[in-house]
Amino acid sequence: MNSKLQVSASPHTRGMVTTNKIMFMVLAALAPACLMGVLAFGPRALLVLAVSVVSSVISEYLYERLLHKKITVSDGSAAVTGLLIGMNMPPGIDLWIPCLGSVFAIVVIKQLYGGLGQNFMNPALGARCFLLISFAGKMTTFTSGSGALKLVTEVSSTTDALSGATPLAYLKTGASFDLKALFLGNVQGCIGEVSAAAILAGGIFLVAAKIIRLRIPGSYLGCFAVLTLITAAVRGYDAPVIYTLQQLCAGGLMLGAWFMATDYVTSPITPVGQIVFGCALGFLTWVFRLIGSGAEGVSYSIIFMNLLVPVIEHFTRPVAAGMVRQRRENRRLMKRNKAEARRLKAAGKKENDT
Amino acid sequence: MSKKNPGMQIDPELGRKRFELSRYIHLKKDTAPERVVNGIYFENPVFMLALGMCPTLATTTSVTNAVGMGLSTTAILIMSNLFISLLRGIIPERMRMPSYIVIIASFVTIVDFLMAGFTPAMYESLGVYIPLIVVNCIIMGRAEAYAGKHGPAASIADGAGMGIGFTIALIVVAAVRELLGNGTFAGFRVMPSVYEPINIFVLAPGAFLVLAVFVAIMNRFHIGAARRDDDWDPTGRFVCGDCRMCPRVHGCSGKPASDAAADGREGRG
Repeated sequence: MNSKLQVSASPHTRGMVTTNKIMFMVLAALAPACLMGVLAFGPRALLVLAVSVVSSVISEYLYERLLHKKITVSDGSAAVTGLLIGMNMPPGIDLWIPCLGSVFAIVVIKQLYGGLGQNFMNPALGARCFLLISFAGKMTTFTSGSGALKLVTEVSSTTDALSGATPLAYLKTGASFDLKALFLGNVQGCIGEVSAAAILAGGIFLVAAKIIRLRIPGSYLGCFAVLTLITAAVRGYDAPVIYTLQQLCAGGLMLGAWFMATDYVTSPITPVGQIVFGCALGFLTWVFRLIGSGAEGVSYSIIFMNLLVPVIEHFTRPVAAGMVRQRRENRRLMKRNKAEARRLKAAGKKENDT
Repeated sequence: MSKKNPGMQIDPELGRKRFELSRYIHLKKDTAPERVVNGIYFENPVFMLALGMCPTLATTTSVTNAVGMGLSTTAILIMSNLFISLLRGIIPERMRMPSYIVIIASFVTIVDFLMAGFTPAMYESLGVYIPLIVVNCIIMGRAEAYAGKHGPAASIADGAGMGIGFTIALIVVAAVRELLGNGTFAGFRVMPSVYEPINIFVLAPGAFLVLAVFVAIMNRFHIGAARRDDDWDPTGRFVCGDCRMCPRVHGCSGKPASDAAADGREGRG
């Protein structure tokens, strides 16, 4: 076959980036955070991660096999979903819970809506919220790990009963927490979200590899930081800047901003839309964390904004090159037509009356 | 078979796979058994017509609640259908909606007081959903589509059929939700003690999930339209019932489905 004479529809120039490559880049970027989680909580955390990934891949395979669809396990998206679910689990969780979460994420949230690219909500986060609502107790019990790192759980408070709570629980009361521990990751929490440094490294790797852009995580974290800084100053906390940094490093914010909000399928594709999306996320997370009393600010804000993505895309659609003047003209014409129609209608009415 | 059923020719595979109850059950129109079967299956208010979604989603947290809600709605439906049918010659066309509401509201008030008096626990757990039966679209829908145009006996049968269909749908949804979300059935522990209840199923999101799955199953069995509009079987019972309820009444051939099919035309009756 003469390859010069092939006929195909546009686009004719294609990048080398495939879904497969992107997914494995994301997996690589998640590796440091997983490593820190395993270091902090021990082999049990590794088991949880493995179970989530394996059950996620198996459920994708089985669903597609049973419904005679193309098997898409090898594109790695199910593995990413599974890993993210595992990273969102407390290390001491019963192993069937991440399994159930994976099945829910893959079958209900992803496949029932048409598979990769069609889901309206981030599958991993959907599964996390599903599990949190169903098993609130188990999902928020953080047993002390047996990892290589010594966990910092003590704060300047005198209550011993609080040991084992996540740093975010302390921050909620306006108390301060060891910022270095938060940044490095020797604190209590879910497996994948303890180390802000490791997640940041993964995120920067993704940005450098041009898998994601800074728009969403940048505007998300920026907006949240500014709002938190203002709140901390207004409420008169000791060191507003330190408090803001602690809020940024604690909980699932980093993981959510770099890896979940940037999910291609469930985030806007327009540049302006991405910034709007990020700012709205920052605002919502701020509302949930600092104004509201509930936990799970990051999960719920991302899921909520996922639902609004079509609306954001609709209103931020970029104008095609050379179409600016055309569009203005169209708008003017439309206005005139409407006025004309109204005039005609009024005239018709008058005629009918008389 | 293909001559009788032009819809089958379009996609024989789909036609063969689809379960068409209308091919097995032939009942005389507007008789009591026909109305009851119609209410339970062909025009099941919840699964087929998607009416009464609000009580379906809100009161199916347990089988007990579902039974209570279903039976009280059935009672009101039968009585309101009867009275609307009896008064159909007196009620002026333009005033029919307010008149229907007054009739329905009277019976809802009676049921409301009866439940408060005799089944206080049930009354407590159903809360606002008993008074809200006044605006239940199943009852309004039956008044408008059936009872206002048919005799009292047929209307009672229609109300009973619709009510039973509604009750069955509520019980089915509630059974799944209670079993998964609480591990019980009508208050009795069914699941083994190692079973950890999946709490979300008794909460609002679970209601949507379970209902969606049931509607999907019903669509798979009954309406080819759920897959592709062209596959719609024009002779199917569901397609052509009542022009007043029919969303396709505009651009309709105006013939009953069977006649149009006999002509070999695309009849949407």
